[in-house]
Amino acid sequence: MWEYTDKVKEYFLNPKNAGEISDADAVGEVGSLACGDALKLFLKVDESGVIQDAKFQTFGCASAIASSSVLTEMLKGKTVEEANKITNKDIARELGGLPKEKMHCSVMGQQALEAALKNLRGEKVAAEDLEGEVVCECFGVTDRQIKRAIKENNLASIEDVTHYTKAGGGCADCHDQIQELLERSRAEQPKPVQLGPKVKPMTNIQRMQLVTKVVDEEIRPSLHKDGGDIELVDIEGLKVLVSFRGACAGCPSSHLTVKEVVEKKLRERVDAQIQVEEVRQ
Amino acid sequence: MKITYMDNNATTKVAPEVMEEMSPFMDTLYGNPSSMHSFGGQVQKSINLARERAASALDCSPEEIIFTSGGTEGDNAAIFAAINAQPDKRHIVTTRVEHPAVLNTAKYLETRGYEVTCLPVDDAGRLDIDQLWDSLRQDTALVSVMHANNETGNIYPVQEMAQMVKDRGILFHTDAVQAIGKFNLSLDSLPVDYLALSGHKIHAPKGVGALFVRKKAPFRPFIMGGHQENGRRAGTENTAGIVGLGKAMEMAAQNIDQENTRLAGLRDRLEQGLISSVKHTRINGDPDSRLSNTTNISFKYIEGESLLLMMDVLGICASSGSACTSGSLEPSSVLRAMGVPFTYVHGSVRFSLSRYTTEEEVDLVLDNLPGIISRLRDISPFCEGREPGTVSQKYEN
Repeated sequence: MWEYTDKVKEYFLNPKNAGEISDADAVGEVGSLACGDALKLFLKVDESGVIQDAKFQTFGCASAIASSSVLTEMLKGKTVEEANKITNKDIARELGGLPKEKMHCSVMGQQALEAALKNLRGEKVAAEDLEGEVVCECFGVTDRQIKRAIKENNLASIEDVTHYTKAGGGCADCHDQIQELLERSRAEQPKPVQLGPKVKPMTNIQRMQLVTKVVDEEIRPSLHKDGGDIELVDIEGLKVLVSFRGACAGCPSSHLTVKEVVEKKLRERVDAQIQVEEVRQ
Repeated sequence: MKITYMDNNATTKVAPEVMEEMSPFMDTLYGNPSSMHSFGGQVQKSINLARERAASALDCSPEEIIFTSGGTEGDNAAIFAAINAQPDKRHIVTTRVEHPAVLNTAKYLETRGYEVTCLPVDDAGRLDIDQLWDSLRQDTALVSVMHANNETGNIYPVQEMAQMVKDRGILFHTDAVQAIGKFNLSLDSLPVDYLALSGHKIHAPKGVGALFVRKKAPFRPFIMGGHQENGRRAGTENTAGIVGLGKAMEMAAQNIDQENTRLAGLRDRLEQGLISSVKHTRINGDPDSRLSNTTNISFKYIEGESLLLMMDVLGICASSGSACTSGSLEPSSVLRAMGVPFTYVHGSVRFSLSRYTTEEEVDLVLDNLPGIISRLRDISPFCEGREPGTVSQKYEN
């Protein structure tokens, strides 16, 4: 059985904004009956570019319905510009995390939102979505979609790709192609900036900013996958104090997360001398 | 909350009578049957009784029963016994609808240089006996065909198949995990060499099962170690489990015909009730040859996991072949082997009843399921006559 957060359960059992908007200004549609999930997103946008109403219709599992519903809640009251910045990670975070095998449900939300915003701008959606070569024939996933998921979510294995896009989850015939895409993406990725001795020593402010950035952009998303979260409590020189939220809070192996995930990453990206400590609150 | 348990092909409740017989073996009778002292030795008598009960339920002799840890071990032990005894034969025949205990073992053997023929099934999940005949070769070491399918409940013509295979001098194994206790089965007339069964599908506990090995059929222990089970299955006996299995097999054999009639009545009431109150359904399986306790129904336009979780809120337990319930995103391989369109596989639900299922429980499902389905269909973008699709419509028939 999947371990869904209470929020996922709540949004699934009592979904908000289910239904259609008959005079919608924009509609975004992704998925199909054969894929096993599909989402149709309706937006009502006023003259000043603020989303007044959002509704959804979803065919899919509990986390697909919950992701769709929470997305409509997130969209209401936002400007189109703000909506444009919503990612699948934001959707998963809003739900308190999703099981990693179900991350593709949040990706579906993001894709439907993109399709709707394109529709709002009067761009054709279908042509764009069908672009690229179908890699996974079981679920109709293209190389474009896979490459994008790899890049945006830092995916490393075929299993990860399946969790985020469903590609490779059926007959497994496309696993070699997915592996190839993973390798190509890895080769294309910019090498991390080397912060060796040549670099001028950072000021305290610079270090604090970089620590915050790495925590927000690299550490937090990986904890979200397991339903957890992290908060920066304080930075004293090379000592970083953090506390955990969600599934990580009170997790018996959180000290391992501190050392193996947080400290390792910060040492790699900020300063090899950094020490991370957990503050229990 | 009251649990309405309709997932008995997954596992069953331990019968109170079985628990009662088992409990001394975890308490006062905890001795090791291999011990020299009479405190341990007395337990051997109870194991012997369990073996006799099992043999009598199956119509075979007690020496032909080896107690195991369950169905998977039995399947593995039989397959490896058969191939290890005939190292020059490198071909195995099985079916596309087997349980993973057989299918994945066959796949493993493929990596070890074996050739495996997986017999296909038709759209009702039926096997073609002529195809079995055509698949047999000089170097076929073993044919392994399940007696009844866990997902659809289909019963396969093992009698005819085993006879055909025997006439060709080839060994035959059947995974009878879903068949035992659900219909009369006599090993006196069923010409199989091996038969695996599991305790927890017939109201005994998990972690115990049995393998029938016919006299003269080749056998080597699958688990090496001590001399237990006549040197054929090492490891200190699961005494309580074995005692429980013996009792459960005895109980299942009693009133089997009456119980089957009752279960078929309940199952049909459930199935007909759902078909008549819900549109766009499909029964997966062979209505003419099915276990009396099983129905596998697909509801188009909805996804199985959502349905299961909405039923879960009401305490109703069932299972689904949908990709989202599998843990691997892979939809049921049994339904796919049958060519069930993806759209129906995703919305498939299996209800499997037991001797403890009541008419009230069936009615509770009938009262609630149509409402749940229409709720889910209401929020689905698809409905009758409107099925927009994207690139992957190739499986849509």
